[in-house]
Amino acid sequence: MAKADFEIPQLQEFPEVPAVVPGTMAHSQPYIAKPDFQEPLGFPGELPDDWHDKAIEAMGDLLGKYRSLQVYLDSCVKCGACTDKCHYYLGTSDPKNMPVGRQDLLRKVYRRHFTFAGKYFPKLVGAEDLTKEVLDDWYSYFHQCSQCRRCSVFCPYGIDTAEISMAAREIMDRIGVGQKYCNEIIGKVYKIGNNLGLPEAALADTLEGLEEDVEEDTGVAVKYPLDVKGADILLVTPSADFFAEPHVDGLIGYGKVFHEAGVSWTLSSKASEAANFGMFIGSYENMRRVSLRIREAALELGVKRIIFGECGHAWRVAYSFLNTLAGPFDFLDPNYPVPQHILEFTWGEMQKGTLNIDKSANDHMVVTFHDSCNVARASRMGSEPGGQFKIPRNVIKAVCNSFVDMAPDTIHEKTFCCGGGGGLLTDDLMELRVKGAKPRMEALKNVIEEHGVTNMAAICAICKSQFTKVLPYYGMDMDMIVSVHQLVSNAIVLTGQNSDDDDDESADDDD
Amino acid sequence: MSFLTVAFAALFYAATLLLVVGLARRIALYWKTPAPLKIPTTPAPVTQGGVVLRMFREVVFFESLFKSTKWTWVFGWMFHMALFAVLFRHLRYFQDPVWGVVTWVGPLFKYLAFAMIIGLLGLWARRLFVDRVRYISAPSDHLMLLLLLLIGVSGAMTTFVAHTDVVAVKAFFRSLMTFNFSDMPNLPSDPFIVVHLLLVALLMIIFPISKLLHAPGVFFSPTRNQIDNPREQRHIADWARKLEQ
Repeated sequence: MAKADFEIPQLQEFPEVPAVVPGTMAHSQPYIAKPDFQEPLGFPGELPDDWHDKAIEAMGDLLGKYRSLQVYLDSCVKCGACTDKCHYYLGTSDPKNMPVGRQDLLRKVYRRHFTFAGKYFPKLVGAEDLTKEVLDDWYSYFHQCSQCRRCSVFCPYGIDTAEISMAAREIMDRIGVGQKYCNEIIGKVYKIGNNLGLPEAALADTLEGLEEDVEEDTGVAVKYPLDVKGADILLVTPSADFFAEPHVDGLIGYGKVFHEAGVSWTLSSKASEAANFGMFIGSYENMRRVSLRIREAALELGVKRIIFGECGHAWRVAYSFLNTLAGPFDFLDPNYPVPQHILEFTWGEMQKGTLNIDKSANDHMVVTFHDSCNVARASRMGSEPGGQFKIPRNVIKAVCNSFVDMAPDTIHEKTFCCGGGGGLLTDDLMELRVKGAKPRMEALKNVIEEHGVTNMAAICAICKSQFTKVLPYYGMDMDMIVSVHQLVSNAIVLTGQNSDDDDDESADDDD
Repeated sequence: MSFLTVAFAALFYAATLLLVVGLARRIALYWKTPAPLKIPTTPAPVTQGGVVLRMFREVVFFESLFKSTKWTWVFGWMFHMALFAVLFRHLRYFQDPVWGVVTWVGPLFKYLAFAMIIGLLGLWARRLFVDRVRYISAPSDHLMLLLLLLIGVSGAMTTFVAHTDVVAVKAFFRSLMTFNFSDMPNLPSDPFIVVHLLLVALLMIIFPISKLLHAPGVFFSPTRNQIDNPREQRHIADWARKLEQ
């Protein structure tokens, strides 16, 4: 079990809603961005003297730009429907991690400055001035929301705390209080092209290495092309796919599917990142700038289609926002949605019958599936509502003999966030990440015990990294987490593939 | 005319004006504030008709609340539906002639005042006894329940305990509505009707400046009223379009 200097939550067979314990997570704050990380994004380097007025002005500006913010700050009746829905509340007992508790940090200042009742009767309606202490609370608790939208499913008015958190982060950025992790990464995307700062040469090297590995493994020369002009498909995938485990096994899988489908495809060194951290910080301008790289890459390479790899928040921005932010994509082939998800492509090929599958290759696993929050509640796959639940499961079932779902109130639209989404996947928030993973860990542990589940598949780079890190804290094996296209990769039999059994899969036995 | 009658006439004109103007301004604000991105909570309908249906289920059955907590749903739904039924019955105090259906349901609907009161008490009990809900409650949240409860109880008293002269009450409001004050009667002055009307006027006044804005708000909620079609249609706000130039 991993060591921690905080208490690791006990997993329960029948999860309980904890009693309120104020302030348990007040100390949790990510590192603040240095001026060098703020300025490339168009934000001031540090807190100015007139920060209070600037913050209120920024709030007013956002209220005029986002109907969601205006309506949601007005509409909450404090019914309590959301109070037991956030994984961070369930894992920490801190009432400011209840969605309404978190919203109220912003709402009390909104009421003080923008409503009649709050201006003249602040005590009555719980309105408060924006003090240094309140700002401090904002920084703590708006960096304890993974923007997973689980609360928005249960709110009778559809109030989405993600919208409030994004606005709060934008306000803080505009007064020089940015978060290091997100803002540094966005800077890297602008400078180098991806979140991890992998330059083109390193990328080319990595892909060449993958080609060698796959050929050695299968005897088939599967290509992982970079910057190939005139390819049909541009694949945009999270940069973790280039080297992290189990992400890279997913990338290998995409390549095999493309190879068998007989399509020409390419990655781009310019758009070598699917994730868009502009969303995490609530900045439309930055989100747009990051999105435009993909449009530019598609134009320069002259592709006909854009397909996204396995990534949760990235798929939200791609599916829900890309057309708006960087469209119109009228220069692409109109016969395909823009963009497509790799699972839509793979499922399509499976239905066409172009893939030769040997399910027994995954017989050493009993697989469950973690619905990534932003795929589940902020996007779709296929043409039917709910395709985002069916298509990944269809693909898994097509390549695995043993599949089991977790408890119904922890999957589909009620899925729990992994605990590391929304710009929180940083080591300075480790306590929050471990505690926030509790509801998912509980559901997982239950299917392990009841159904002998050995592996959990995911379709998000953040989920994969988060679980790899967090599973050991709960006494589970970090290798349990697999990419969906890793399962596909295991089971796909390439045309002309060596027939001898290879068993180089990392040992997935549990202890 | 009695002082009470004149004062209440003025009060109800003022309250109506504040309610209508306040609400209209708020709705105009929601209307003109752009929603720059597609953010429906998915799975979401892919057609306009589907969205209408989703909104219908939300405002009539409180679908999302039902998914969330059954107790809050039971009390909340009971209160709101009883309130609407009771308000519908109240049309008989304002219409001349009264719709047949209002007359017809009247004797039945008057008992729904009790459902309304039970619903409110249930909601208040949750606010007091569930630690999470207690934590998020401001004084105004308790007072709002008290206000609604007193309106319900005082109204029920005039029907079930101390009958008020509803004919005079109706004539009073008909005069206000038709601006015909020549044969306006004095408003009955028994305490229950006075308290009832006073608190109703108060509710009308605070409606546009309180959390009661959830009523228009739900219709403007982008997570509920947007069509899931972002790949097919660009959804660009005017302020965002300016970034493209």
